[in-house]
Amino acid sequence: MTTAPLDKPMPLKRRALLSHSMVFWLGFAVVMALLIVAPLVLSEFWRRFLTEVLIWGLLAMSSDLLIGYTGMVSFGHSAFFGLGMYGAAAALLMFSPPSLWLALGFGLVASAVIALFVAYFSTRLRDIYFAITTLIFSQIFYVIIFTWTEVTGGENGLNFRRPPLAIPGLFSVPFNSETMHWFVLAVVTASYLILRRITQSPFGMVLQSIRENEPRTRAIGYPVERYKIVAVMLSGLFAGLAGVLYAIQNRFAAPDFIFFLVSGEAVIFNVMGGIGTLVGPIVGAGFFQLMRELLSRLFGDQFPYLIPLGVVFIVMIIFLPQGLLGFARRWLNR
Amino acid sequence: MELTAILNAIPWDQILIQTVNGIVTGMILALIASGLTLIFGIMDVVNFAHGELFMLGAYIGVVVLATTGNFWLALLIATLVVALLGAAIQIATLRPLLGRDPLTTILATFGVSLILQNYALWQFGPVARKIQEPFTGHFTFFYLEYPWYRIMIAGLSAAIIGGFWLFLKYGKYGIWIRATTQDRVMAQAMGIPVPLVHTAAFALGAGMAAASGVLFGPLVGVNHTMGLDWVLKAFIVVVVGGMGNLGGSIAAAIFISLLEAYASIWVSPAQAVIVSFIVLILTLLFRPTGLFVPTPK
Repeated sequence: MTTAPLDKPMPLKRRALLSHSMVFWLGFAVVMALLIVAPLVLSEFWRRFLTEVLIWGLLAMSSDLLIGYTGMVSFGHSAFFGLGMYGAAAALLMFSPPSLWLALGFGLVASAVIALFVAYFSTRLRDIYFAITTLIFSQIFYVIIFTWTEVTGGENGLNFRRPPLAIPGLFSVPFNSETMHWFVLAVVTASYLILRRITQSPFGMVLQSIRENEPRTRAIGYPVERYKIVAVMLSGLFAGLAGVLYAIQNRFAAPDFIFFLVSGEAVIFNVMGGIGTLVGPIVGAGFFQLMRELLSRLFGDQFPYLIPLGVVFIVMIIFLPQGLLGFARRWLNR
Repeated sequence: MELTAILNAIPWDQILIQTVNGIVTGMILALIASGLTLIFGIMDVVNFAHGELFMLGAYIGVVVLATTGNFWLALLIATLVVALLGAAIQIATLRPLLGRDPLTTILATFGVSLILQNYALWQFGPVARKIQEPFTGHFTFFYLEYPWYRIMIAGLSAAIIGGFWLFLKYGKYGIWIRATTQDRVMAQAMGIPVPLVHTAAFALGAGMAAASGVLFGPLVGVNHTMGLDWVLKAFIVVVVGGMGNLGGSIAAAIFISLLEAYASIWVSPAQAVIVSFIVLILTLLFRPTGLFVPTPK
């Protein structure tokens, strides 16, 4: 990852008209407005599609904290995602009536514990070794969940009912696809704002300094390993959150989501959308799922959509390594 | 009394069988891993698509065997075709990435592996195919009955690895490969066509993966996901043996296969995989450069 030279100062006239933060929050408001109105306009199918894109985007965004900001490519995010799913499943199956907040809590705790465990071991290694170790860890959890049939349901996974959207003592309404979309949108937006705040905080600056030059960061006196462990944990926490949302949306948890191909897809979303932008991964997820839908509509369900998408992915790595939003990377991080 | 009870509790006959099984699987794994470690050593590329090359080799073996009926011809053709495919993949995807962050090559080969795997699913369908083994004799050794074919696989893998080692040690092009591994820039300065050597090394590794696919085909079904398991195992072997270290990879392949074979006496084979994961994690924690290389000073 090389650094681009610093941007030239903007022309004085434009700066006087619109400040950067005004443009940013204006754009943010427009996108938010569109996403809020979307479920009222779209058909049932596209409503679900958009909700899932947001969930996959949240997973990819969480791994962007590692790939784009700390310079570590994780192939183990499926473990955090999957454990979030199973944590939510545990809460929804054990307690009756099912509670949304317990599901969130259980999912987050499960993924945080797993993330701490993985982070403790994997952050001692760098580059490809980190990628391989995280991959192996996710496979360990896959094998455990796949073979521990009595508890996890094994290959079939677990089915459960969707909890109502409720605040205890105030109100309780069952989810429909609109409220589900708004709920997911709220969670994803909050996650984006928190992650954006994190990457712009002094902590985030240290992470970016690790990405740019790890020995120098250590030489300055930062405990690099501790920063990396916290980064992996935070990233795992948000991946777990995505898992909880996915479980609530689809009302099941399955071991397939712990398999490392899911982590691979999260990495693909990142590369396609643009790493180090936070919104890029969501755009990448949308682009990927849209292409997939388009291809299977054009050529039928049996069409192996991953072949053309794989080609697009490789071409993008070679010719457009910054991704779709790469041109706006510096602007989005300011 | 205590001792005899313990000795009787140990299933000696199973341990004997699993030792032989472990060595046979270990030789196949060594054949895959030596291609992977060659590719890593020479161009810092972690080839995610290696398992898919193994799988495609097995499928080409199935097709050629179905048309000609000759196992050895299938082995030869599968090796050659996949070697050519490997060369094409290297030229199309990895050559433009030379000199970039090694992580980008993981991503690119991951893309290649997705493409190949889905191609195989599309072309051959989800049902596992079977390769007929070329001969089906058994031999008896004490009370152990064992198929000749498995012994033959181990022998043939050992022969291929041995030939590969001799080629690297004494062959002119083998010396080119070793020179490029040691110092890319210096090799270039000495007149070695480095890009060509990279392509050839990738093709060689791909061919070896394909050969092991055809050899291993008769023992398990051939299907589109068989590459995933093996590429993971080969990764583990290559890391445990020391990245880019051929001898270490072979030792690690046999070591890990033996461990998994013994573990599967007591737990299911699916869970036995965890043993090799644990070996990998322990290795990374305590000897990150690999078990079978001297500790760096």
